[in-house]
Amino acid sequence: MPSGAGSLTLWYIVSIGLALGISALLVAATGGSPSAVLSALLDGSLRSPGAWGVTLTTMAPLLIVATGTIIATRAGLVNIGQEGQVLLGAMFAAYFSTRLPGPGALVLVWSFIAAAVGGGLWAGIAAWLRIRRSVPEVLSTLLLVFISVPLALLGLRHRSLLLDRDKTRINHVNSGDQIPADTLLPDLHLFNNDIDSGIVLAVIFAVGVGWLLTRTLLGFRIRMLGLNQRTAQRFGVPSSSYLAGCLVASGAFAGVAGAVLLHGGASGDRMTGGMSSNFGWDGLLVALLARDKISRVVPMAFVFAMLRTGSSFLASTGVDRKMTNVVQALLVLAILLPSALVALQARRRASAALEAVDQ
Amino acid sequence: MSDFLSGFGDVFGGEAIYTSAFQLSVLFVFAAVGEFIAERAGTLNISIEGMLLAGAFGASVGFHVTSTMVAAVAFGVLCGGAVALVQGQMSHRLTANQFVVGLALNVLVLGLTAFLDTAIDLGQVRASTWRIPGLADIPLVGEALFGRPWPAYLVYLFVPAAYWLVFRTRWGLEVRASGDNPQAADVSGIDVNARRRQAILLAGLTSGFGGAFIVVGQVGQYQPSIINGRGFIALAAVIFGGWTLRGTVMGCVVFGLVEAATIAISVKGYSVDPFILDAAPYVVALAVVLVFASRVRPPKALAQPFVRGLT
Repeated sequence: MPSGAGSLTLWYIVSIGLALGISALLVAATGGSPSAVLSALLDGSLRSPGAWGVTLTTMAPLLIVATGTIIATRAGLVNIGQEGQVLLGAMFAAYFSTRLPGPGALVLVWSFIAAAVGGGLWAGIAAWLRIRRSVPEVLSTLLLVFISVPLALLGLRHRSLLLDRDKTRINHVNSGDQIPADTLLPDLHLFNNDIDSGIVLAVIFAVGVGWLLTRTLLGFRIRMLGLNQRTAQRFGVPSSSYLAGCLVASGAFAGVAGAVLLHGGASGDRMTGGMSSNFGWDGLLVALLARDKISRVVPMAFVFAMLRTGSSFLASTGVDRKMTNVVQALLVLAILLPSALVALQARRRASAALEAVDQ
Repeated sequence: MSDFLSGFGDVFGGEAIYTSAFQLSVLFVFAAVGEFIAERAGTLNISIEGMLLAGAFGASVGFHVTSTMVAAVAFGVLCGGAVALVQGQMSHRLTANQFVVGLALNVLVLGLTAFLDTAIDLGQVRASTWRIPGLADIPLVGEALFGRPWPAYLVYLFVPAAYWLVFRTRWGLEVRASGDNPQAADVSGIDVNARRRQAILLAGLTSGFGGAFIVVGQVGQYQPSIINGRGFIALAAVIFGGWTLRGTVMGCVVFGLVEAATIAISVKGYSVDPFILDAAPYVVALAVVLVFASRVRPPKALAQPFVRGLT
């Protein structure tokens, strides 16, 4: 049995291999071919023409959600309501981008700000509940997810809110106004791939937040709060306002991801009730998988984007695309194992050493 | 206003609402009382949702394989327990973050059941109804309380048994000590993390039963959206109850009634915006924790991992 910190990498290889092995077994047990599944996933995400552009476009909202999540996690908060916060962001963006006058670029900026406010407000409810009413944010952010979907559908039933005002369009039930074409995020053309410029924004956000958390006093205080609230308070960190701020900020990032979905290429150009389509949940898993390090969040977001775009090619293999959800969850559990195992071994060694001293 | 009152009477005057309220309350009680025990031991167990879903799916698969109702329910219970085993081992032997484990497990169970559901063709599964003569003839609530599918009656045994276990046995005392002061419990020779794992396992088994019950006792067939966040409502019921058993059960009844009322309102064809009906259980849950969370005293070490030597 390997031991010590040097073996951590080995444990990671073993546990990730185990997760992928279990996934392959599941595919094989239900009559599929694991190698065909892998090849379809790679075709859909990288190899077919234009595929990696779509993967990068899909990666943008995931990366933004994950970046926001890390702010909350570093402060010791557990925000798991990103799915709802993404939806609220998309709702605010849809409302303002179809109503504000002015040049497209300006409307786009305002739409992003509105989305940040929307997501931030939704997380702000949880922040208020946590600070003032001591409701655990784990529960409140979750419950808010289940309220956000009916809320979006409510908005999509009224023309004064989100429903398409163009009565001549035949199929206009439960979808919003078309986003003005000049507010769409510009595409980058690279090597015959169309990449949504949302990814540039997402990487800037990730780098910015990484810098903020590791190189500034604010970030230091946030991390101190997350490591030990009592110590942070002794050193003069106003814990309530910091906690609220971090929770709202993580919601705001999720909201911006909603705006990227609306104005970008990863989703349609109209608001719908299913707009967030698990981008919030997946972004959260990306953050968990990255174990709260910005440097790891970018590759993890890319892996999840690959699974997402690749899964659209799974139909040809006869394996249901929900398989990718299983792979994602198993990966998260696999990533948790190694460091916990090493810590357990260290504890066991310490207590064995203590017993040796006692004798 | 008179419209509202007559509508109120219409919705709450029929037997149907009490029947579905009782059925949903049974689901909530099995999940929330299990969660109550886990939380008294010091873990905030969000994988309760996954345990319920595993129980529901397991019962359906169990019936598909064995065609016996008892085996179906038992298999559902075991599936809930399997989720709990992973949760317990990962968060309280390996001390991985309990919320991360719980969330990953919820996603895993959701994905796994959805995936396997496409591979297996699951049929109808409905437990037989036991009508208790006499009692079931009580007007309005007789049918709801005493004319139920047989697994529902276990709730009458389950709640007293849970009370006895948590408040009248040594194990229960150790569980409560682990949730309130793990350091002191550890010094007095209690294996804190073992108690927490056992409490989670118990929550998994009871939630598995709750999930199995919603399939065999209420819906009669497995559906992917059969749980749909009800596990999180069970979490809210524990807070509503202020981490007391009596309050938790009361919370379950309240949430059962709220959900039954939303169903009854839409069935009776009242023109209430579906938003209000869909969101109502969650809005009520949020409002309830808003009012109650700061008035009650949670277990002191709730959601704090215990590692010996770490204060």
